[in-house]
Amino acid sequence: MDSFGSLIDGFGTALTPTNLAFALLGVLLGTAIGVLPGIGPAMAVALLLPLTRGLDVTTALIMFAGIYYGGMYGGSTTSILLNTPGESASVVTAIEGNKMARSGRAAQALATAAIGSFVAGTIATLLLALVAPLVADLAVEVSPADMFAIMVLAFIAVTSVLGSSRVRGLASLGLGLTIGLIGIDATSGQQRLTFGIAEIADGIDVVVAAVGLFAVGEALWTAAHLRRRPVQVIPVGNPRMSRSDWRRSWKPWLRGTAIGFPFGAVPAGGAEVPTFLSYVTEKRLSKHPEEFGTGAIEGVAGPEATNNASAAGGLVPLLTLGIPVTATAAVLLAAIESYGIQPGPQLFEDEPELVWGLIASLFIGNAALLVLNLPLAPLWARLLRIPRTYLYAGILFFASLGAYAANANVFDLFLLLVIGALGFMMRRYGLPLLPAIVGLILGPFAEAELRQALQISNGDLGGLIDPMSVVVYAIVALVLLFPLVRRVLPAKAHVPVLDEAVHELEEAHHHHGTTDAVSVERRPSREDPRDDG
Amino acid sequence: MTTASSGGTTREQGRSEYGVALFLAALGLLVIVQALLIPESRIVRGPVGPAAVPLVVGGLLVVVGIALGVDVRRGGRGEPEGGEDVELTGGSDWRTVGMLAAAFVANALLIEPLGWVFSGAILFWGSAFALGSRHYVRDAVIAFTLSIGSFYLFALGLGIVLPPGVLRGIL
Repeated sequence: MDSFGSLIDGFGTALTPTNLAFALLGVLLGTAIGVLPGIGPAMAVALLLPLTRGLDVTTALIMFAGIYYGGMYGGSTTSILLNTPGESASVVTAIEGNKMARSGRAAQALATAAIGSFVAGTIATLLLALVAPLVADLAVEVSPADMFAIMVLAFIAVTSVLGSSRVRGLASLGLGLTIGLIGIDATSGQQRLTFGIAEIADGIDVVVAAVGLFAVGEALWTAAHLRRRPVQVIPVGNPRMSRSDWRRSWKPWLRGTAIGFPFGAVPAGGAEVPTFLSYVTEKRLSKHPEEFGTGAIEGVAGPEATNNASAAGGLVPLLTLGIPVTATAAVLLAAIESYGIQPGPQLFEDEPELVWGLIASLFIGNAALLVLNLPLAPLWARLLRIPRTYLYAGILFFASLGAYAANANVFDLFLLLVIGALGFMMRRYGLPLLPAIVGLILGPFAEAELRQALQISNGDLGGLIDPMSVVVYAIVALVLLFPLVRRVLPAKAHVPVLDEAVHELEEAHHHHGTTDAVSVERRPSREDPRDDG
Repeated sequence: MTTASSGGTTREQGRSEYGVALFLAALGLLVIVQALLIPESRIVRGPVGPAAVPLVVGGLLVVVGIALGVDVRRGGRGEPEGGEDVELTGGSDWRTVGMLAAAFVANALLIEPLGWVFSGAILFWGSAFALGSRHYVRDAVIAFTLSIGSFYLFALGLGIVLPPGVLRGIL
């Protein structure tokens, strides 16, 4: 097992003064941008993408690693102090975290989140370093037909988040796939959906698409419904924890890591389900179940650790298969590709310095996060008071700047506005953004794999079927038919923890109204006629 | 669970939701028609041409559009997205959105003739104005600081030269 040696080499790469500086800068920027209300980690990465142009690949990726973790930590700070999470994965943190903050325990909530993120991130990154090379070895054997099946699974998984409307998820996926189709078809050289416009012959720049959907869409949507009252931000001192806080936190951190990593690592994961599972688990195991709902520290420690562990786990399919499972990972994939690097099984062989440098810098970023965030928490809290007029004006300003700088083309600015309008519409009608962004980034690769598979089989559709892809398609069918399956199952067969998680998820959606629509699917009741199955 | 109740205008939203269904179906048809119009390629490699996947995606959009229409008919509503600064009581503030779009388009039109320093400042100032800021001077100072700062950051830090426009030679 030479992972260990490779990792040491990786630290050699990551610890050069330049790379170290960029890792720290990434963490700092990622946290600062992520903490801003309305900006989730995915938007933070998309907005900061242009800043890495002109950097050397390895350095740029190392900076992204910092932004990735920093953005996520920033997001949870926002949800603890404001109770309105910018990202679905932080919904759970907000439940207990904000209650803690309101009862004067903001410092403890932030501390258990920061230290939990560090513990979970470090363990999960270690697991990543161990698991990823093995998966990459296996994945080299994977045929195009299997890759296509796995990508189909990823598409279906991101559209079928528990407790959200499936039709709207599929609608979003369709929109993303359509945007991904635009441009010259690589295999035949034919223009598709370009309508003779030269600027989109090469396809729509992913930076423009991501910034449009996330940043411009968000700014326009928020502007249409801007809360005019001043926001209440809970004042916070330096995060600290008492002995009993430590005692109550360490087990949830470890359990959260155990729940989060595997969920992130399967190409059907995402962070929402595991964070809810962790919440429910902690609630069941807690010695103070009565505190849940009024600010239990376990309810922050567990889900935050889970969130970070699943983020690290999400890098397994991203680096070894090139498959993103969260919006942030999708943007990260686009960033890696913009350097002409195709994440996939070959990556560990072809670019060992880059991969291991990236993994090593995840450790560094994680440590930097802890060192920076404990003392800087009061400063981050002050960022939450930024006047909203400047915040959203600034988002539009930097979105335009980034989109223009990408290709120095005015056309991209108009395109940005059109995609922003699409993002507005999606937010208005509860179409989740994640399927669109995954469809748009992954769609072209899925098509390439499909066509390659059919080329091998000489057009015979049977070429798509082999033992592995059958298993994957079976999982796809199960995910698609889950509501029906659940209805047929006797009530006893329901996994109680999962059921409770679904319930909590829907409750939280109902209160917060995050990205995913909750309109149609509810807990199955036989009388319910409004099921879109 | 008619979640749209938080949006205030359930009936109006119900009707415009059909618009979304229609949009999806129409887009799907467009994708299908465009795929059928792709001319025969001379360099086809492999049995699957450039039209196959667009046909599937277009078909997906049409089916989803119909399914969404059915869902809306049965009372399903998409839940508007919440957020830190979002208040979903009351309808959309189209005036603000319109002004923001105007500031955005102004930047797009002026960035090359006037240069980023001015167009970017107009974008920021106009957006802040649209969002309700009435500190005209302070906003202008911040706007120019951002646009000049980003110009130099990109030029010196990243080697990307944004359009200098009328300030060519001065910056």
